Amino acid sequence: MLIAREVGFHRGPRQVLGGVGVTLTPGRLTVLLGPNGAGKSTLLKLLAGELTPDAGGIELDGRRLGRWTPGDLARRRAVLPQESRLAFAFPVREVVMMGRMPHARGSESPRDEEICTLALARTGAGDLADRLYPALSGGEQQRVQLARILAQVWEAQEGADRILLLDEPTANLDLAHQHSTLSLAREWARASAAVLAVLHDLNLALTYADDAWILAHGQLVASGPIQEVLTPELIERVFHLRAEFIPVRGRERPVIVTRPL
Amino acid sequence: MVASYQRKRAWGLPLLAALVLGLALLSASFGTNESLRAPQVLRVLGQELGLIRGPVNPDHETIVLLLRLPRVALGLLAGAALAMAGAALQGLFRNPLADPALIGVSSGAAVGAVAMIVLGGAAVSEAPAGWAAFALPVAALAGGLIITVIIYQLAKVEGRTHLTLMLLTGLALNALAGAGIGLMIFRSTDEQLRELIFWSLGSLRLRALWPEIGVAALLALPGMLILPWLARPLNALLLGEAEAFHLGVPVQQVKRLLIFLSALMVGATVAVCGTIGFVGLMAPHLARLLFGPDHRVLLPASALIGAALLLAADIAARLGGTGGEELPIGVVTALAGAPIFLALLLRARRTGGF
Repeated sequence: MLIAREVGFHRGPRQVLGGVGVTLTPGRLTVLLGPNGAGKSTLLKLLAGELTPDAGGIELDGRRLGRWTPGDLARRRAVLPQESRLAFAFPVREVVMMGRMPHARGSESPRDEEICTLALARTGAGDLADRLYPALSGGEQQRVQLARILAQVWEAQEGADRILLLDEPTANLDLAHQHSTLSLAREWARASAAVLAVLHDLNLALTYADDAWILAHGQLVASGPIQEVLTPELIERVFHLRAEFIPVRGRERPVIVTRPL
Repeated sequence: MVASYQRKRAWGLPLLAALVLGLALLSASFGTNESLRAPQVLRVLGQELGLIRGPVNPDHETIVLLLRLPRVALGLLAGAALAMAGAALQGLFRNPLADPALIGVSSGAAVGAVAMIVLGGAAVSEAPAGWAAFALPVAALAGGLIITVIIYQLAKVEGRTHLTLMLLTGLALNALAGAGIGLMIFRSTDEQLRELIFWSLGSLRLRALWPEIGVAALLALPGMLILPWLARPLNALLLGEAEAFHLGVPVQQVKRLLIFLSALMVGATVAVCGTIGFVGLMAPHLARLLFGPDHRVLLPASALIGAALLLAADIAARLGGTGGEELPIGVVTALAGAPIFLALLLRARRTGGF
């Protein structure tokens, strides 16, 4: 269980996050919402162990993140970056194979090869396996990166929940792949992983997420089941938009239509 | 693609190793004054290793063991060390144009060496005879390490090495080092100037003596042995520092180790051969073109290509010289390196990627 307690973070004199307390629950897809500059990426980096909070603390299974070795963390927690530029001409398969690095001693096993193939197929990037990564489009690269982090935590470690942290996983994707990516994220949550995704699209969030954390000006404004948390009042307060929730026949959850105040 | 990678690996490295051996034999044969034929060289070597018996021309023995072999060894060592350091730094900086000169080792070592040549004469003349020979290499190595440490410290932000800041700091300190060298050239005597020029253009001749080579090897070998173990972390670093950390790489330690080992490798070669440009930049590029960017193959391939390039350049330096003098090897590597590098850049521009 990944728990942040009263976490604060400064960049220079500016407070980016203050007093944020959240728990990332296994088995649930949590989305992190908020306007630009609210501190979403910073919170994700703190949860990843990439940054150290200057107030409060973050614990994984009761142990401070700073006390985990990078290797132990990497075997159960994978992070999808916003974008990954790779200037050198690696074939896609080798990029995905890097995800197996925390598990491999020496060279890769046939099992690692197999996992890479499965992960590529899972993100609909199977036919890209032999292409060179730098030659791919932004959306294709994003799917390859997703395959890489799935490969990293493909198998659950004994008695330890897997954690996926996705920083704007839908940013470069076409509509169909936005949906398939989020339904994949939800599927992994159902397989008892704890999944966090930073999103901007409120409708995608409402369609797929179980829980939502809402950040504004570095503060946690609300957190909980998304259908309770995401209300017209909150959207107006946080995003400065007028929102209407419109029920759609045959769909459990409504569609949100927004317009400027 | 994976399969073809492995095929390339399979034939490529032994072939390169064979090329290096061939060049080494060729280099041991050629000389400005007396050239031997390969069988004569092999004969001396065989005799020395106890593989064959029989009479050996004592002149040949002297030439091979005391003049040619040290030079071959130095070429192998310097070429491999420069190329591996270059490959590691290009990976660390995620920049195919990174070069050992960028982290300040080369210019720092140059300042140290120039200062020793111009200002250190008195100090050296009072030292015991055996030590005088080491004064220049030690000064060069110290200069290289000092500048690297300064750049590294200045480029640290909140305990992390900021690579862009490091490149820019390196640029500024390189300029400062250039000014210092210029000042000392201005103050030097004619005789010192001559030594300076030879040293700053690089040469395998000046200090191709077994004790000096031994010291250089002692300093460069840790890097050459440890870097291959860092191949996978280096691959991960190509994705970005954050991504490497996510993949379980202890990024700060690895970065520190890479910079320190590279500085030691480059410092050791500069100390013995002077500044030899382009090998550290070009060898990894050639290796990448032949074997792809995976550091597990790239590092050994770079080492072999670097060694081959420097051996070839050294042979060319001896052949291209006139009247018993040799061309400085730095001139040869730049003369051959710059056009090859331009061709690589043009090719990269055409195919849209490095």
